[in-house]
Amino acid sequence: MQRIEETVKPYDQNFTTMVPTGFVKFMRTCLIWQFIRFIAINIKMIIVVRKSHG
Amino acid sequence: MARLVVMGGGVSGHTAATFAKDWLGDEHEVVVVTPNSQWNWIPSNIWVGVGQMSKEEVVFPLAPVYEKAGIDFRQAKAVSIHPNGGEKSDKEYITIEYTGQGKEGQTEEITYDYLINATGPKLNFGATPGLDEGHTVSVCTADHAVHANLELKKVFEKAKTEKQKILVGTGHGMCTCQGAAFEYIFNIEHEANKAGVRDNLEIKWISNESFLGDFGIGGLHMKRGGYAASSRLFAESLYSERGIPWIIGAHVSKVEAGKAHYELLDGSTGEEEFDFAMLIPPFAGVGLKAYDKDGSDITDTIFAPNGFMKVDAKYDAGAYENWKASDWPRTYQNPTYSNMFACGIAFAPPHLISKPMSSVNGTPINPTPPRTGMPSGIIGKNVAHSVTDLIKKGPDAHLHEASMAEMGAACVASAGKGLTDGTAAALTVYPVVPDFEKYPGLGRDLDYTFGEIGLAGHWIKHILHHLFIYKAKLKPGWTLIPE
Repeated sequence: MQRIEETVKPYDQNFTTMVPTGFVKFMRTCLIWQFIRFIAINIKMIIVVRKSHG
Repeated sequence: MARLVVMGGGVSGHTAATFAKDWLGDEHEVVVVTPNSQWNWIPSNIWVGVGQMSKEEVVFPLAPVYEKAGIDFRQAKAVSIHPNGGEKSDKEYITIEYTGQGKEGQTEEITYDYLINATGPKLNFGATPGLDEGHTVSVCTADHAVHANLELKKVFEKAKTEKQKILVGTGHGMCTCQGAAFEYIFNIEHEANKAGVRDNLEIKWISNESFLGDFGIGGLHMKRGGYAASSRLFAESLYSERGIPWIIGAHVSKVEAGKAHYELLDGSTGEEEFDFAMLIPPFAGVGLKAYDKDGSDITDTIFAPNGFMKVDAKYDAGAYENWKASDWPRTYQNPTYSNMFACGIAFAPPHLISKPMSSVNGTPINPTPPRTGMPSGIIGKNVAHSVTDLIKKGPDAHLHEASMAEMGAACVASAGKGLTDGTAAALTVYPVVPDFEKYPGLGRDLDYTFGEIGLAGHWIKHILHHLFIYKAKLKPGWTLIPE
């Protein structure tokens, strides 16, 4: 996993944006956390889909 | 008995035809005219383009499905519309030219009582010199994606021993479908890591968006860490994390072997060399013509100059400052011929969704409005509902409405395939077309617009792949699956 210091260079194009820390990247593929997010995202999407079907 | 003719069998046309047949039953005819023998779940072409799916996994033959549904399937392309009939009769008809079913090249006239235009886009590679000469690849069709994967694998092979450069993005200043290119570049990056060749690959993004994360919808905002964060931060963060630099506000003006020329919004020009490039072409209408009873050309009456069909939108809103959410169509009925409708990419949008931009030289450089995916399916279903009611209840029946300015969209953009190591950006935006009167400033409802990156998004994308192919095959319970 690349560290932030290896990705961002001073005053390069990507210097002014947010770059995820190692913890954030770990959580993106953490099975337990992602299962919880799977449920949460599905509920949110179903609400938007229902609103959009008139 | 009434006859509904649906031109096009993609997401919107297939949805419209199958629902209309289901609601109309055997008392009325539904005819589908589409040049392809197979239905394609286009979002998964991305995975075909990186070798993670085969073509067979993203397509299926239409004929058996339509036979089961009782739909008259013509594998042909629609050529012209004659809404006032012709020399022999006043009855409306279209002309078609067969591309299959053993009748290749033969032409035929099909009369209709109601017509739905769901012809989708013409992939207008010719708009950019060199884009159609094999220097670049695309993932717009399943066959294109198969070819893209073959070329990509050659680059991956070379990257084992030497540096290679990959360029992905839009191939013209007026392109739409940035999301497909977005997905492809991150899937390439993901696969390059898996193949152990990432260190030898320089991967670069080029796009007509004025800011990363515009996506042709003027970007979006979502709640993040106590802020309303722009999709620009969301996108720039992902590109930075994956080590992918970007060129934005770019009109690719010419493509040569291994080189793309571009103009930027500030008027400057540049060149970008590549060993492999996937550049999305701009879209245009498919080139349908329309003729009056006496044979005179009335194409301009029915179609906008870009070839898309005029519907009940406000096309004379003028400058960006005058634009309103209410400019967008609600019923998709043609204003001249009330028995004609358009859905999906085939309808002419009233104006851009992103703010119009042009370079200091006057070259327009801005994304054109997307009408794909969930909105395309919802519009197709609503148009089918309207036509069904017109047939069953009479010409005064209330038309169903589905404005993109009152409709949300759920979008899952893959950033790498893998059941345990994949990721995707799961997004919703509400409404698709910003309504600055109802939601001043951001144009959208922050409670229903959100996005996050993670494995959960990939699982959702994978499930949607199977769910929508199941639905399109009209398997038991298909009507219960939302668009």
